[in-house]
Amino acid sequence: MEPLNALISVTNFMLIPALAYGSQLALGALGITLIFSILRFAHFAHGDTMALGTAAVIGGTIFLQGLGVSIAPLPTALLAIPFGMLVLISYLLVADKLVYSYFRKVKAKPLIFVMASLGVMFVTNGITRLFMGVGETRFEDGQRFLFTVREFRAFTGLAEGMALRTSQALTVVTALAVMVALFWFLNRTRSGKSMRAYSDNEDLALLSGINPERVVMITWIITGTLLVLAGTLYGLDKGFRPFNYFQLLLPMFAAAILGGLGSPFGAIVGAYVVAFAELGITYAWRRVFTYLMPEGMEPTSMMQLLPVDYKFAVTFAILVIVLLFRPTGIFKGKVI
Amino acid sequence: MAMIRVEDLHKHFGGFHAVDGATLEIEKGSITGLIGPNGAGKTTLFNVIAGVLAPTSGKVLMEGEDITGLPPHQLFDKGLLRTFQIAHEFHSMTVRENLMMVPPNQSGENLYSAWFHGKRVREEEERIRARANEVLEFLTISHIADEKAGQISGGQKKLLELGRTMMTDAKIVFLDEVGAGVNRTLLNTIADAIVRLNQEHGYTFVVIEHDMDFIGRICDPVICMAEGKVLAEGTLDEIKANEQVIEAYLGTGLKNKVMQEEGHV
Repeated sequence: MEPLNALISVTNFMLIPALAYGSQLALGALGITLIFSILRFAHFAHGDTMALGTAAVIGGTIFLQGLGVSIAPLPTALLAIPFGMLVLISYLLVADKLVYSYFRKVKAKPLIFVMASLGVMFVTNGITRLFMGVGETRFEDGQRFLFTVREFRAFTGLAEGMALRTSQALTVVTALAVMVALFWFLNRTRSGKSMRAYSDNEDLALLSGINPERVVMITWIITGTLLVLAGTLYGLDKGFRPFNYFQLLLPMFAAAILGGLGSPFGAIVGAYVVAFAELGITYAWRRVFTYLMPEGMEPTSMMQLLPVDYKFAVTFAILVIVLLFRPTGIFKGKVI
Repeated sequence: MAMIRVEDLHKHFGGFHAVDGATLEIEKGSITGLIGPNGAGKTTLFNVIAGVLAPTSGKVLMEGEDITGLPPHQLFDKGLLRTFQIAHEFHSMTVRENLMMVPPNQSGENLYSAWFHGKRVREEEERIRARANEVLEFLTISHIADEKAGQISGGQKKLLELGRTMMTDAKIVFLDEVGAGVNRTLLNTIADAIVRLNQEHGYTFVVIEHDMDFIGRICDPVICMAEGKVLAEGTLDEIKANEQVIEAYLGTGLKNKVMQEEGHV
């Protein structure tokens, strides 16, 4: 029995990737929850606008690399993030002006908004593909690993290795910083409180002199910021492909709904639950059990509950279970 | 010049004429009572004036300026406020935070200053907090300042509604049944607060109320509405003596007659 090796193995192949993936989902799910509680509709264009923002970051990265700018060991993409945010926030605000503001004016039903966002999703997706194509683009540069498997083995003398990629460490650190900043913003600043007030009681907010257009604008700005961060971190971690970003829609919604739509804290918890469930259920536990079981009792199968291809089925199952048994989510949402 | 002048205002919901050609004037510095049987169109009139509903036709003037159809937050900036018949509150915030939401154009509202001008924003917030504390003191509800507004009693919510109007320099405040479901003692507190605000701060009030004692105590003049029209105007005693008003309040009211004639009942 070698519990330490088992722990290292599970950390390397499951815990670290799930933590990074969960952080990326959390940033996306926060945006979904904000839009839901303030604009009161499910934003279907979330995945594709994330792709568009990331595409802008990649464009900026290529431009910077062409100039020879580098902040190695960190990836150059970090420098291009502000540009990506600028592009995506402008895009979201224009989309809001052209599409959603009309439906707000005529006080359309939420379902109409959802359908409108579906339209925005297709258009956005087209724009992204126009610039990026449908294939995979890798834009990670700088130092790939904080420490590699070999370095780890040499350092600890253990049989099992562990590596930490720069993008993974960056993801977790950034996500934590953004979450803290967002909660501070919502709870401490006047703008954040206006957002909470607007989400709590729209009529009263209007009659308290809160400008709804301003609240909506701030919501899009924050959403755009979160999306570009999430998309860039995801792309650094796993490569950029527009279709993958579209597919992220399901786990992001599952996370937001699981945590309770409208609850930012819930969205974060939900994101990590979804990430750990996806990876835990599709992870081959054979190695871990080989280390843990007494000699002669090692498993002969892969000890994998579902093939990796089915990871979205896990998310889907979570979504169905939540909607069946606790539709309000873990932290009863609706008001931020 | 009248504080508010409503000219031939109509608000139709499909075939139902909730406000049907109302014309009235609210004098500056008055506490005007608005009475009338249920369904007379009082609340709809409030909603149209306060920008919650768009009128079908007609005009609303505030100090001579046309404010018809302006959105609520712009009317708020002009000093026109209202409360709700059923008390509204931001229930996940404390009572004090509810009050502190009100003053408009706080510098913390600007995304840039919120992040980068911490000191100025904090000082301003302190000022607003002090004002909120004064208001709480004035309304004798300091002890619930840190309770979540969703958990306080119905009467306290009514006081909070009134308190909200005191957080800014209002010119005219529309109170929609502030006294409904409130006990006598609390009702007296509210009446005192209204009179004091009127005398000391020069607020003009329009009060919808069914409690005639309350109306008689603080309101002059009183306007009586029925079926979306203004029926009579004058002191409460004059109104009480008005034949049409009595008819409107009794079962043989005009509305019922019309409804029967048209075969709705």
